[in-house]
Order: sequence, then C-alpha cells, then structure tokens
Amino acid sequence: MSRPMNRRQDNHKISRELFVLTYGALVAQVCKDYEKDEDVNKYLDRMGYDIGIRLVEDFLARSAVRKCRSYSETVDVIAQVAFKMYLGVTPSVSCSKTTENEFFLILDKNPLVDFVEELPAGRCSLCYCNLLCGVIRGALEMVHLAAEVTFVQDRLKGDDVTEIGIIFSKKVEDKKHKRKK
Amino acid sequence: MADSPLFQALHMEMAHALCGEGEQEKGLGALEGVGFRVGQGLSERLTKEMPSFKDELDVLKFLCKDLWITVFKKQVDNLRTNHQGTYMLQDNQFLLLSQLSNGKQYLEEAPKFLAFTCGLVKGALSNLGFDSTVTAEVAVMPSSKFQVVIQKS
Repeated sequence: MSRPMNRRQDNHKISRELFVLTYGALVAQVCKDYEKDEDVNKYLDRMGYDIGIRLVEDFLARSAVRKCRSYSETVDVIAQVAFKMYLGVTPSVSCSKTTENEFFLILDKNPLVDFVEELPAGRCSLCYCNLLCGVIRGALEMVHLAAEVTFVQDRLKGDDVTEIGIIFSKKVEDKKHKRKK
Repeated sequence: MADSPLFQALHMEMAHALCGEGEQEKGLGALEGVGFRVGQGLSERLTKEMPSFKDELDVLKFLCKDLWITVFKKQVDNLRTNHQGTYMLQDNQFLLLSQLSNGKQYLEEAPKFLAFTCGLVKGALSNLGFDSTVTAEVAVMPSSKFQVVIQKS
C-alpha cells in the first residue's frame, strides 16, 4: 500500500471524519428513539455536557492555556484554541452590545455537518449540533463558570449563519470569593 | 499517529448513555447500529482510491490494517482463519477498552464497549459486499477478540 505524502494531515482529517460520521450515526439513532425534536435536542445536549466535563481535562492538558481572567478571554480560548484543536475550525467571536455577559460564536465552517445537506424530513426543529452546546456548557462548569449555551442561528434551519450563543450567569468575582472560604 | 480524543469521548459517552439502567439489550443493539453506519461510511471513504480487492481474505486484511489503524490507531495483532469464512481478529491493546481497566475489573461492562466495533466491522463488510455476523469476547482487558463469520449467499 503506497503511503500518501501528507500522512499527518490525512490522519487528522480522517480522525475528524470518523468523529463526524459517528456523530451523524448517533443523531440518526437518537431520532429513532425520540419522536419529538425537543427530546432529541435535550438528549444531545445532555450527552454533550457529560462529554464536556471530562473533555476539559484533556483540553487543559493539551493546550496549556493559562487561566482566563475574563469572559471575553474565555470565549476567545474556546474559539481560537478549543475549536481549532478538536474541530479544525476557528469560529469568529462577537459580544452582545446590550448584554455584558453574552457572547456569540459564528461558525463559518462547521465540520459536524460536512455530510449533512439538510435536516431529515419532519425534523425542522432539530438542533443537529446540539452536542456542541452541551460540551461547552459542561467544560465551562468544570472551570467554575456557569453559562447557558444554545444555537442562536442554524444554517441547517435556513438561517444565514450558524451561531452559538453563550450567556454567562455568574460574575468572575464570585469565583474569587469562593476560593477565599 | 494522531490521537482521537473527540471520537473516544463520544464513544464512551454513547456506551453509557445508550446502555442505561435496564436498557442493556436495546442499548447494545443501538450501539451496533451506530457502528454499522459508521463502518459503511468509513469503508466507503477509505476504499475510494484503492483498487478492488482480490478476495475475501484481502478484504479482511484491509479491515485489520487500514480500517483498524484509522479507528484504533494500530493494526490488529493477530488474524486467524479457517479458510471457510470464519475469521478471528485479535487486538491485545484494544483502544476502546484501554481506559476501562487492565485485567478483569469491569469485565461485565466490556460488552458496552465492544458493540460499536462489532457493528463497525459488520458495516464495513456490508459496504464491500459481504454479509456477516460479528461477535466479540474479552477475557482479560484490554485484549479482545472479534469473530467474523461471513455468510454464504
């Protein structure tokens, strides 16, 4: 068997494809088990959460990022380090003009939907990538940041972009306060 | 060889989530179903640029080498056959069991972590034109054996 030149790049690509294929098959299975889109979404979010609380350790070990001192820094790390490391893409970050603790990740490219052209029939409320929201939420919780993470816009649902919203619900000062006890 | 933390994390979570309390049987079937779909898709992508296989044994060698390396980061350690459609694939350091234990602890949990792979092998073979049954056994973790029986059409 001849070895291609860019073996390392191929490996990363294939590794990601394996994950994407597996994720797609999982979503199909969960859709079989749950009739309501809402229930599938909750299930995916829950699974993501359980993955996130463990994956964060892997992330911190691999990335050696230093402690973030603000929500904005935290979101930047999620977008520029974590997404890049695990999914090979870097969403752009924006923050809400009205709400201080609200940030948005805009995914121009979303590898999770590489093999998905459109939502399955009768599944128009399905948040196909909801696992991602759970992962982010779980990971944040492990670094003592509580946040609500949802898909604000979804290309699969006909929106122009795919956008994840992160709303932090505790002030960073609280974390410092906790440690003093 | 590039690591696959996302895939491993997802696999472990699927095993736990799908095989919850009192849902073992159904869960194992679901896991195998997920693996089957992945096996079909993956073998399709891996064999796209490859010349067609000479025979059944060639296909099994592809599974033991290319497919196994792609998913489990190493080749199968031992492939045996009776040359009558039955094959035994042995992996002494099976990736998906390596985080569970070394030895006999949690042996009863092993089926949850093998079902996906049984489906994967079945699905890959199916995509390449072979119907099969695939079962797995573990005596001492993380070593596992997968038995493939190709159905004669």
